[in-house]
Amino acid sequence: MEVTQVLLNAQSIDGSVRKNAEENLKQFQEQNLPGFLLSLSGELANEEKPVETRKLAGLILKNALDAKEQHRKYELVQRWLSLDANAKSQIKACLLKTLSSPVSDAGSTASQVIAKVAGIELPQKQWPELIGSLLSNVHQLPAHAKQATLETLGYLCEEVSPDVIDQDQVNKILTAVVQGMSGSEGNADVRLAATRALYNALGFAQANFSNDMERDYIMRVVCEATLTPDVRIRQAAFECLVSISSTYYEKLAPYIQDIFNITAKAVKEDEEPVALQAIEFWSSICDEEIDILEEYAGDLTGDSEVPCFYFIKQALPALVPMLLETLLKQEEDQDQDEVAWNIAMAGGTCLGLVARTVGDDIVPLVVPFIEENIAKPDWRQREAATYAFGSILEGPSPEKLINLVNVALSFMLSALTKDPNSHVKDTTAWTLGRIFEFLHGSAVEAPIITPANCQQIVTVLLQSMKDTPNVAEKACGALYFLAQGYEDVGPSSPITPFFQEIVQSLLTVTHREDAGESRLRTAAYETLNEVVRCSTDETATLVLQLVPVIMLELHNTLEGQKMSSDEREKQSELQGLLCGCLQVIIQKLGSSESTKYVFMQYADQIMGLFLRVFACRSATVHEEAMLAIGALAYATGPDFAKYMPEFYRYLEMGLQNFEEYQVCAVTVGVVGDIARALEEKIVPYCDGIMTQLLKNLSSNQLHRSVKPPIFSCFGDIALAVGEYFEKYLMWAMSALQSAAELSTHTVGDDELVEYTNTLRNGILEAYSGIFQGFKNSPKTQLLVPYAPHILQFLDGIYIEKDMDDVVMKTAIGVLGDLADTLGSHAGSLIQQSLSSKDFLNECLSSEDLMIKESAEWAKLAISRAISV
Amino acid sequence: MAPHNVRRPFKRAAISDQQKRRELSLLRQAQNRRDAQQQARCLASCILSLQSPVPESEPEAEQPDIELETATEAEQECVAGASSKDLDARRASKLRGPEVRKWFAKQLMLPEWMIDVPDRLSQDWYVLARPSGKRCLVVSSNGTTVSRQRNGSILHNFPSALPAGAKTRDGSASGSGSAQSYCILDCIFHELDQTYYVIDVVCWNGYSLYDCTAEFRFYWLNSKLEEINGASYYHKYRFSAVPVYNCDQNGLYTAYAGVVPYVKDGLLFYNKHAHYETGNTPLVLVWKDDNCSQYVIDTNSKGEIPSQQQVVLELQDNGNLVTSDDPPVVFGMIQQSGLDHSGNLLRFAISDGGLSFSDGKLDQADLNYLGKSNRARAFADSYSKVLFQYRVRHSPLKIDDLLLASINSPDDDQENKPCDMEMAG
Repeated sequence: MEVTQVLLNAQSIDGSVRKNAEENLKQFQEQNLPGFLLSLSGELANEEKPVETRKLAGLILKNALDAKEQHRKYELVQRWLSLDANAKSQIKACLLKTLSSPVSDAGSTASQVIAKVAGIELPQKQWPELIGSLLSNVHQLPAHAKQATLETLGYLCEEVSPDVIDQDQVNKILTAVVQGMSGSEGNADVRLAATRALYNALGFAQANFSNDMERDYIMRVVCEATLTPDVRIRQAAFECLVSISSTYYEKLAPYIQDIFNITAKAVKEDEEPVALQAIEFWSSICDEEIDILEEYAGDLTGDSEVPCFYFIKQALPALVPMLLETLLKQEEDQDQDEVAWNIAMAGGTCLGLVARTVGDDIVPLVVPFIEENIAKPDWRQREAATYAFGSILEGPSPEKLINLVNVALSFMLSALTKDPNSHVKDTTAWTLGRIFEFLHGSAVEAPIITPANCQQIVTVLLQSMKDTPNVAEKACGALYFLAQGYEDVGPSSPITPFFQEIVQSLLTVTHREDAGESRLRTAAYETLNEVVRCSTDETATLVLQLVPVIMLELHNTLEGQKMSSDEREKQSELQGLLCGCLQVIIQKLGSSESTKYVFMQYADQIMGLFLRVFACRSATVHEEAMLAIGALAYATGPDFAKYMPEFYRYLEMGLQNFEEYQVCAVTVGVVGDIARALEEKIVPYCDGIMTQLLKNLSSNQLHRSVKPPIFSCFGDIALAVGEYFEKYLMWAMSALQSAAELSTHTVGDDELVEYTNTLRNGILEAYSGIFQGFKNSPKTQLLVPYAPHILQFLDGIYIEKDMDDVVMKTAIGVLGDLADTLGSHAGSLIQQSLSSKDFLNECLSSEDLMIKESAEWAKLAISRAISV
Repeated sequence: MAPHNVRRPFKRAAISDQQKRRELSLLRQAQNRRDAQQQARCLASCILSLQSPVPESEPEAEQPDIELETATEAEQECVAGASSKDLDARRASKLRGPEVRKWFAKQLMLPEWMIDVPDRLSQDWYVLARPSGKRCLVVSSNGTTVSRQRNGSILHNFPSALPAGAKTRDGSASGSGSAQSYCILDCIFHELDQTYYVIDVVCWNGYSLYDCTAEFRFYWLNSKLEEINGASYYHKYRFSAVPVYNCDQNGLYTAYAGVVPYVKDGLLFYNKHAHYETGNTPLVLVWKDDNCSQYVIDTNSKGEIPSQQQVVLELQDNGNLVTSDDPPVVFGMIQQSGLDHSGNLLRFAISDGGLSFSDGKLDQADLNYLGKSNRARAFADSYSKVLFQYRVRHSPLKIDDLLLASINSPDDDQENKPCDMEMAG
């Protein structure tokens, strides 16, 4: 096969030629994978071939080694590993050869493919000579080859995890990279490639950052690189500093003063992409310190793995003026541009983070700026002052802010209606939202909203909702937090007199022709939801009246025929908002007996609408409609059975949606709702549901986060159907058992430990549901054979000592359930278990009341089981 | 290795409403799952078995042997570090149906009716004017507050300023305590001003007061209510203390005739040394007359005062008609049971023969069967109630008698009689 021609055809502008070529390539790949890959690597390495076929050959090669979907990726890795060793070494030789190609596109492409191969082979301890051969003659290489080699190292570090590479090799990589970055390297492209490679290699440099000399050297080179004439290198060097700030925060103290000087200069003078990174450095330091201080606050001993160096607090007097300066560099119309990101935005964001980091200390540094600029004729000054004010509202204590806010509030309300500049109005509305978010509500002692100004606030916000979409959206946001602050209010909410007017205005906003801009429609519905959530009994009848209104809106979305894909997407989005709104209303009205009773008259119609929303799509179910149905099932109880015949297929469809795993997860939750609502009436659907759930568990395509809720769902079903669960017992128990074994031992990072605990909790909830479901049934003895393993599991996680409070509570509850259901059948087994002694005692003396409660239950159940 | 994007969210709330809806759904589902499991764990039976037996009203009464097992269990629970009773109230607030009614009916301390004036009234007793309204047990925990009436039905479910009585901004339970704190208050809900008048405290911020004297409980209650009432600006229902007086002449008169912000329904007398014990107790007494209560003489379902006094008695298996006291007082028996109502509550009128006594004990009652009692009733009448009603109709105990007793009881009684409250433990 003449691969060059096929590759050329594959890029033809003629669709049929292209399609034919793609078909050829696919056949080639399926019929003879080694031959296919060999000829592609040959093409890539061949200096005679046109650059576009070489690049495409490399790209196809890369795609044959990696994919986004986990299961597909796994397949590709296995296929590569099982390939003939001879073919593989030929391919790799071609790739390495290409690195020194004078055609830089070919070299660059090869470097990416090499990294993919390395990503597969290095963890298998294969291709050990790779790094050595890359570095062996790096100093003698011509610039273009050196650049390609450094790029390869960069990609390689992105691809493999640090534990795969020996420290010895790490040292070599870092040496080559840092030398490539240093001033002695004359070629700017090489220096850029080295700087970008360092960005990826930083994660490998733990040991080197612990060595003072090496760290000093790396930091000096990085800082010098921020001053090079080439803007790309300066930007890449600042990116390295940002990455260092989070990876090696605790090592920064000796350099922080120099870094401040460098960043301040960049913020002031440098081009925007560089200045943005310089600001990002400080935002990133804020992130670190906020995390550390939060950890301090949660831990009374004041111990944290990383100490806080209070860099922000120390830099404050210089940092704040620098950031305030950036606020004046706004772009016209940045508020209409959803992807805009400029120095004023970055500076303001950083200022907000600084306020959260240092709290009260920031207030006196910002107030003079606000006072000086807030009333200036230049809109930039007014906007900057308002933005500065809005930024510092989160962090400082309410006491520190309250006077300022009380003074500012009426000014802001007047600016929102009268300021001639839309940008200023946008920021003013946003600032009002922040005021209500952080300084209004039952947790704040002195209320800033009083009977005297409430009317004015509502009036101004409702009026602003008629402003341009971006301003109206912020006004909706402010109203959202205004309502939220009255969440716990007494029988009479200050919002009540305006409830009808607010709802009417929000509905009017959703019908604006330009409601699609600046996510205005979404904001209006979200605000409506919050107003409903926080409403009191006084307005229950008004919420009830809203039901047919939203139903009609939803009904109207079902009318359209023959829509374009764009229209279909908009329809689906609107349906999502309306289903979300109905969900909130159902939950609100369903939570009190009296309103639930009246609401129920709509249940049939609402369910009919949800089913029609589902029917709008062929292959997937609508997540929001699914969530709303969960709420409806909870409110309806056993009567929900009448909807099941029609609803069931969508339930199944939701459970099969692996692609959008959120939808799958939501559906699993709804199965639980339905089980609790229907109880034994769910039996006719159990075969289908259980089959699908078991399938999901064994699939490696399903996102792992969905698996723990599936186990919990087993418990929900077992509890609902009782001994009827016998049918599925063997399958469920075997799935639970293998998951339990996997989750007993965890070796890994915090994220894995967290996942493991979620998984354990799901498994334990399943056991609880099964035991309680079988209780008092003649079939309890069916569970006896599983008792040893379950007790072993409980002992196992106890020994591991890494369970969280939730797991602890569920686990000790399972011990009680086991004793309660099996009674004397398990008496001696229980007595032998560690759980019934040390673990139980630990739980009994826990300070967490939920754990203690469950432990007392377990203790009682055990004492009965043993005494009988 | 393109440049890395550093765009951060700008002028946006950190969390989307959709995410919030998802999380609220998950929260609701987790809560429902917990409820379902709790229910399955059959807490009602477990709670009942954990209860220490209600102490007899007479100190000399012996614990029957058969109660030994439960007593031991209850002891173990206490050894485990917490008074199990208050945990149970929190669990029970999640129960449903008839179990709940039974359980809650047994949780309140129920006053006996004052049929004669106790000794040492001015030294050992407090008096307060009982607010008119619904008696309920108010439990705050996990960010919400639930009030339940004697029959177990929920009166309100609301956020309150009590510790753990409302959710705070970050979703945790509020108040000075941790998320695990909770309160249990004995209240009367007064419709007119939508206020819970707290007449006793069982548990405050996780701290159990069951085994504390009334003296301490009232002291504690007053100081704690002051603390929270500043913060209750936002909340739907207020909690308010009821003024409590020493039962000397002044105190008694103030409670009887003084102005209070609520409608009075009689006077309550608390023995200062008594612990909080559930069920009927002679250490708390209720007394009424027409000046301080609209409801002195019992009315029928139509609100009329029947010409003859009516009583509700429980029919036991052996045909005995008994009161709700422990041990029950037998008022009579049904010889030949054409009625198959064993265990049921039956309504009788006291006919012209009235009640007759010998040695201060009931000898005979002239009963006339009227029918089954209202289904909402959980218990038969207590002996003291029947007697109080009987006396009201015949020779009522008057306020003057009480005032006289409050003077007559020796003020500086030096002989330290061992007070007869020890059995409350």
